Amino acid sequence: MTDTTRNVLLYALIGLTGLLAPSLAPAFRIQMALLWMMILFALTWDLGGGQMGYNSFGNVLFFGIGCYAPAVVQRELFFAVEGQPQATGDLATISPAFNYFNGFALGLTLAVIIAVAVAAGLGSGILGLRGQYFAICTLGVGVAAGEIASGWDYIGAGSGMVAPIFPGHPSQAALFFYYLFFVLAVICFFTLKRLYASRFGLAINAIRDDEDKAEAMGVHTTRYKAIAWCVSAFFLALAGGAFGHLNNFIDREVAFPGITFGVWMVLMAILGGKGTLWGPVIGATIFHVTQELFWTYLLGWQRVALGVLIVVIVVFFPLGIMGWLREQWPEKFGETVDLEARAAPVSLGEGR
Amino acid sequence: MLFFLLMVDNLSLLFNAPILSAQLLVDGILIGAIFALVAYGMALVWGVMDIINIAQGEFVMLGGYVTFFLAAAGVHPLYTVPAAAAALYILGWALYRTVVFRVVDKDMFISILATFGISIVLQQLANELFEADVRTAESGLGSLFFADGLIVVSQIKVVAFICALVLGATLFLFLKHSRLGRAIRATAQNARAARIMGVNTDRVFATTFALNAAICGAAGSLVVMTWLVHPYLGLAYTLRAFMIVTVAGLGNMASVILASLGLGAAENFAGFVLGTEYQAAFVFSLLVAILVWRNALLSRQRKYLK
Repeated sequence: MTDTTRNVLLYALIGLTGLLAPSLAPAFRIQMALLWMMILFALTWDLGGGQMGYNSFGNVLFFGIGCYAPAVVQRELFFAVEGQPQATGDLATISPAFNYFNGFALGLTLAVIIAVAVAAGLGSGILGLRGQYFAICTLGVGVAAGEIASGWDYIGAGSGMVAPIFPGHPSQAALFFYYLFFVLAVICFFTLKRLYASRFGLAINAIRDDEDKAEAMGVHTTRYKAIAWCVSAFFLALAGGAFGHLNNFIDREVAFPGITFGVWMVLMAILGGKGTLWGPVIGATIFHVTQELFWTYLLGWQRVALGVLIVVIVVFFPLGIMGWLREQWPEKFGETVDLEARAAPVSLGEGR
Repeated sequence: MLFFLLMVDNLSLLFNAPILSAQLLVDGILIGAIFALVAYGMALVWGVMDIINIAQGEFVMLGGYVTFFLAAAGVHPLYTVPAAAAALYILGWALYRTVVFRVVDKDMFISILATFGISIVLQQLANELFEADVRTAESGLGSLFFADGLIVVSQIKVVAFICALVLGATLFLFLKHSRLGRAIRATAQNARAARIMGVNTDRVFATTFALNAAICGAAGSLVVMTWLVHPYLGLAYTLRAFMIVTVAGLGNMASVILASLGLGAAENFAGFVLGTEYQAAFVFSLLVAILVWRNALLSRQRKYLK
């Protein structure tokens, strides 16, 4: 069996499982929807942290923008959505699906535009920082965004805001958001796969390995870094919009969850293996499944356990699962080097 | 829109009543001394071990709880400062021996993430064990009045300020003149050379980390007496310390103090002008702004913050 057929089979298997899962286990639709969200988180974090070497703690910023934007748009449009006040002042009781989905789509579009604009704008300054300065600066960005959200009356300040309720039965809502997250994660995966295989992937890997040399070789480092952050922001804003509506309620804790999602995305990517395509997917799956299975038994001590987990993984297992596999079976999982190209003599041009 | 009107209003109030500015300035400077302790501890660990300790603020928080519980048991809070420092010294030592020594020579991001993990553990443990309530320790001291009672300074803030200065001076003298202090400074300059010269760098690292925790513990003790403590207070102190150190540089006590007092004052003014709900947002945004600005200045010479 060649590599290509094996890959196609693998994708088909995962795709089929993803498509059929909500019908096979209807009780776990929301948990499975969140699994795809976690995969998306880990993938988008790894684009900056693993592939480009820019370890960000502030990616929740884009997630938060995504959470708020659609809810604000739907509120401002005064669409007749159940439970929302109307222009006349009464609460609407009907919930036309048409309005809900249109408002949601419009909101998501706006969320993406704002998030990408913020990524590009902030990125031009912040992405000039390196290493620890970048990490701590983005940590500051994430917390500052949360603080601003909790003081800003327009978006509900400390008391938060309610997203419109899904028009339909809760199980239909779960199904809708499951497929939304599934499609988002799949698109994200293939976009990144495509990007990593292109010149873009080489450029950001070069930035990770040695930014000064990359720049000296003529790579437009600033442009590539900004693009990478914008791609992250794009997907995170979409995920945020979907999550805000799935959760129905949005406040600072939901939208800018620095200590949960913000750290989890780093942890999942490292657990699976930084700087690999499959690592974040594996890490997110393992993390989310373990979390769903065991977390409830910890009765409030989950976050303590999470901290311990971070320390243990980072200290003892910094290479992650893919890194470990590469060390164990380099012939199967290692980077392939084109030996012929490497052995070929380097010509320095004619006339020498 | 309303927000900006309010801001302009507050600003004009400041201009019309300069005495208010004096009050804010005094309060800010008194707070700043405590920031200086935390920041100097961070600079010490950063300079000696090449680790940015994200759990810095959590040490402050735990120091606060030591004082709170001792005060609840009947001890006068001022006498609990050494106890808080001692408890945190032990904790710092234990953390070094279990976790931190494993990340000393690793990539900076690994140590940031590891200490981030430690900070989450400490914060959540405090949340589970001490509950999320806001606590404070009453010192029973009154207030001082200046300028016909227009400026009010609570005595405990002054005491805390003096305590912070004394602690800072002690630390400075210790580093300058004791044998261990000299070993710490030698390790900061060049760990390998220090090892060749017979310095037990592992012990120096352990002492440095524990010493830093002790300073933070003492600072936390002062914090709970002057303001309050709760489990989620840590990150703000960590980020403030980081900001101060970035501005002041490593190992320069005078500029650390100056930057800290400046930050304390700036924060108080911002809290007044923007409203207290935006004070924390101001601190974090200031961190981002300072980092980006300093980096932008360096980037003209094709350099970056290192």
